[in-house]
Amino acid sequence: MTATRTLTYREAIREALREAMQRDERVFLMGEDVGRYGGAYACSKGLIEEFGEARIRDTPLSESGFTGAGIGAALGGMRPIVEIMTVNFSLLALDQIVNTAATLRHMSGGQFSVPLVIRMATGAGRQLAAQHSHSLECWFAHVPGLRVVAPATVADARGMLWTALQDPDPVIMFEHATLYNDEGEVAAEGQVSCDLDNAAIRRTGKDVSLITYSGSLKKTLDAAQQLSEEGVDCEVIDLRSLRPLDDATIMSSVSKTARAVIVDEGWRSGSLAGEISARIQEQAFYSLDAPVERVCSVEVPIPYPSHLEMAATPQAEGIMAAVRKTLRK
Amino acid sequence: MPSLGADMDEGTLVEWLKQPGDRIHKGDILAVVETQKGAIEIEVFSDGVFRDCLASPGDRVPVGEVIAILDSGKASAAPTGKAALAVPVADAKALQEPLARGRKVTPAARRLAQESGMDISRVVPDGTGVVGLQQVRAHAAITGPPAVPTGRIDLKEMRKAIAAAMARSKREIPHYYVSSDIDVTALMDWLAEENAARSVADRLLYAVPLFCILARTLLETSELNGQYEAGEFSPSQSVHAGIAIAMRGGGLIAPAIRDVAGKGLDELRVSLTDLVGRVRSGRLRSSELSGATVTFSNLGERTADTLMPIIYPPQVAIIGCGQIAPRPWVKDGEVHIRQIMSITVAGDHRVSDGRSAARFLSRLEKRLAKPEVS
Amino acid sequence: MATGTDTKVHLVREHALDLLKQMVLIRRFEEKSAELYSAEKIRGFLHLYIGEEANAVGVMQALGPDDAIVATYREHGHALARGLPPGEIMAEMYGKASGSSRGRGGSMHIFDARHRFYGGNAIVGGGLPLAVGLALADKMQDNNRVTCCFFGEGAAAEGEFHESLNLAALWNLPVLFICENNGYAMGTALERSESNPDISRHAEAYSIASEDVDGMNVVDVEAAARRAVAAIRTGNGPRFLENKTYRFRAHSMFDAELYRDKAEVEQWKKIGPVVRFTDWLVESGMIRQADMDTIEQEVEQIIGDAVTFAEQAPWEPVEDLTRDVMTPTAQDGVLS
Repeated sequence: MTATRTLTYREAIREALREAMQRDERVFLMGEDVGRYGGAYACSKGLIEEFGEARIRDTPLSESGFTGAGIGAALGGMRPIVEIMTVNFSLLALDQIVNTAATLRHMSGGQFSVPLVIRMATGAGRQLAAQHSHSLECWFAHVPGLRVVAPATVADARGMLWTALQDPDPVIMFEHATLYNDEGEVAAEGQVSCDLDNAAIRRTGKDVSLITYSGSLKKTLDAAQQLSEEGVDCEVIDLRSLRPLDDATIMSSVSKTARAVIVDEGWRSGSLAGEISARIQEQAFYSLDAPVERVCSVEVPIPYPSHLEMAATPQAEGIMAAVRKTLRK
Repeated sequence: MPSLGADMDEGTLVEWLKQPGDRIHKGDILAVVETQKGAIEIEVFSDGVFRDCLASPGDRVPVGEVIAILDSGKASAAPTGKAALAVPVADAKALQEPLARGRKVTPAARRLAQESGMDISRVVPDGTGVVGLQQVRAHAAITGPPAVPTGRIDLKEMRKAIAAAMARSKREIPHYYVSSDIDVTALMDWLAEENAARSVADRLLYAVPLFCILARTLLETSELNGQYEAGEFSPSQSVHAGIAIAMRGGGLIAPAIRDVAGKGLDELRVSLTDLVGRVRSGRLRSSELSGATVTFSNLGERTADTLMPIIYPPQVAIIGCGQIAPRPWVKDGEVHIRQIMSITVAGDHRVSDGRSAARFLSRLEKRLAKPEVS
Repeated sequence: MATGTDTKVHLVREHALDLLKQMVLIRRFEEKSAELYSAEKIRGFLHLYIGEEANAVGVMQALGPDDAIVATYREHGHALARGLPPGEIMAEMYGKASGSSRGRGGSMHIFDARHRFYGGNAIVGGGLPLAVGLALADKMQDNNRVTCCFFGEGAAAEGEFHESLNLAALWNLPVLFICENNGYAMGTALERSESNPDISRHAEAYSIASEDVDGMNVVDVEAAARRAVAAIRTGNGPRFLENKTYRFRAHSMFDAELYRDKAEVEQWKKIGPVVRFTDWLVESGMIRQADMDTIEQEVEQIIGDAVTFAEQAPWEPVEDLTRDVMTPTAQDGVLS
């Protein structure tokens, strides 16, 4: 069956939310302005009319409180989806996520799992300046006890939520804010589910492996396309899961191409790109024909003006330059 | 058992190429030894008599163990020990040091070289001074498998390597070409006379005196003989000439004969015969795989008149010789039928000018006119 | 044990002896823990509940087996009063594989699913949102259950305290908040940290009915808890008790107690929950010295057994180090 539909990323998230609410009555959505307002990014628009305010639950501006309540509700037998408006606000709930959600299973000697999904927007690109634009996925990906995913395509936005809800442990799902309006192909109803475990090869190539995720995927594919016109054949890997990382796919690709460029909107220091680079060095050192290159955000809080925001974050030109560097061109 | 590398602990004797009782000469190959890096020939560095062998084919012998006793004929010379024995074929240090300076080797390149038994220090780096996979593959294809008796040169890989090397050459080296048609009648006459006095087996092909004279003339034109790396030209004191040898089934290989100018005709004849034979069998020595300071490309008989060759980096010149053919030739105001060869020098304009090549050709012409004294 | 929906304390002899025995068990258990800590059997942090026994014992009388408990890092007393096996608690403090949490948690992280005992939370205030969520789940699933959340007065300064009280009240959730106000957050007296040290007033600010309770009097605590739980079960949202109490020991084992006078401690000890309840029962003729002796002997036996259990319990093999980080799934080959 190859029947597909075209949806926006936002519609895909909404459809996934609706499907989850319909399929499992334990599922409910909770967060700031998810109900009457329709969601800060309009992902849950119309759902409160459909499912009522008990299941599309508006919360006060209490990130730690409602995130912790999500953890408690998960312990109590529900399947909560907590929406945090942006990753910057999630820092107010970091105590609950790191000290409670991620630790409960271990602290209790395996007695209590926390089947909770936390969704949040991330990333720059909309001139929202330094308190609404950061990419802190790496901080969460650092923590054992959490699973961290980043749907970069509309199909993944549609398919990942249900799979995440089936996971017995907390899943943090990052939605890059520049993706919501993007259109993409989605499988027919009933065939949308997907795994959370594997990275996806979005473009095959033999010369250089480009490893990226979330909002940077588009830019990376764009760079790969332009490079192909120069005769450089790039492979593009969409990580999809940031914790755990799919080492096998990464190493298999790097072993083939002998070159890797990691594109990560997080700041370079202590970044996911750094982690992946280290793993390549640990697992594929003898396959490398060039130092691993990283294209990350410049180490500055994201500035407001568009030209500076662009300059601060990875762009196709920078990705192309990094690729050429690995080819010593 | 000579140490052929810092990481060699032992070697397995494959075969003796000399038998006890044989007279041996400096440069002879005494035995073949299999190492972690493939089969390597053990060379002798003094004249004498092969008295005894202490190891049999198949024996694994630690480095430093005595495998053969040579009698140098001098009473004082102890007939045992590493020094009296054999050392690596390659005069490694002399060749490696200028190449190894400032060199970077990628992990993948190092592994591939190790797996294929290649001496990474001999691989010519790319324009940024890095030896990567591409350089190792190019090197491997041109040199073939390293001294493995059963080795076969992968012609497909070789074509790729030629493509890579030639593309790099044409990309990086500003070539100029200078040609002369040269009267080689005197050479051919001299050769006929010389060969008449020789047994059939010892007869010389014209390439032997030609290469000898090319090499000796090059000694006077140092800007055409050497290597250019990392923006710097290093002229060579000797002419290590890469000899372009066509492979059956296609492809080209240019292993080096060291110090061509210093060799006698017979010495050079033996070297050439040996080299061609070993190219065919795929058993080249590591020292031959690189280190050439110039290349001679001789089209041979009944082929074509003129060759415009491409320099093999990091060399700075290549000399192309067309076929020898009878032509009308003006000499002393009269037209004669003479044996004419078109010789072309392709030079690297970063190092030399057309004037150098012209001077070289002029000197060459004079030498070829008097082969008996050249 | 008198539990269930009774709103009044029926202080018959058996119940009185039971309350007393539970408090004595906690007291002796904690004393033994201090001894074992000195002997390096128990490591890490060790926060003792001595002086505060009436709170856990009194509140637990009002809760049924389906109700949930969220406690703090000073939770040995709550775990014992809830009925967790003393041997497992002791083994947990030893870090042994037979401990309540397989030894992974230690003194501060005692969990027990069978008793709906959700820790053992060592981030001050961190347990409150958890309790709100548990209660939310019950409400959404129409479970007539109460989640009882213990915390100290220090938690009142945390944002999570305020967020949780607001959420519980806003959503009308069945949470019983118990503030065990022992006067000091580590070494900081309440008066030195709160603009309004009357914690129950904070609850009132969120429209949560609250009550001040004598946390040194087990009967008062039980009575207040029963009233609160009964109110919660009627579906009228959370309740808040501020139990005024006192810890006789230092905050943790390594504490010179520079922040309070010995005289103050001695003053509180005179009205200690065990001594006061015992005196009262003896004076009223409900028990005799022989009953006390019996309790002490039984408690000694229980604690002796618990220590033996902990001593004999196995260590978890290092090969199991990374277990219980993520839930095993069939594809991990653990459940298949």
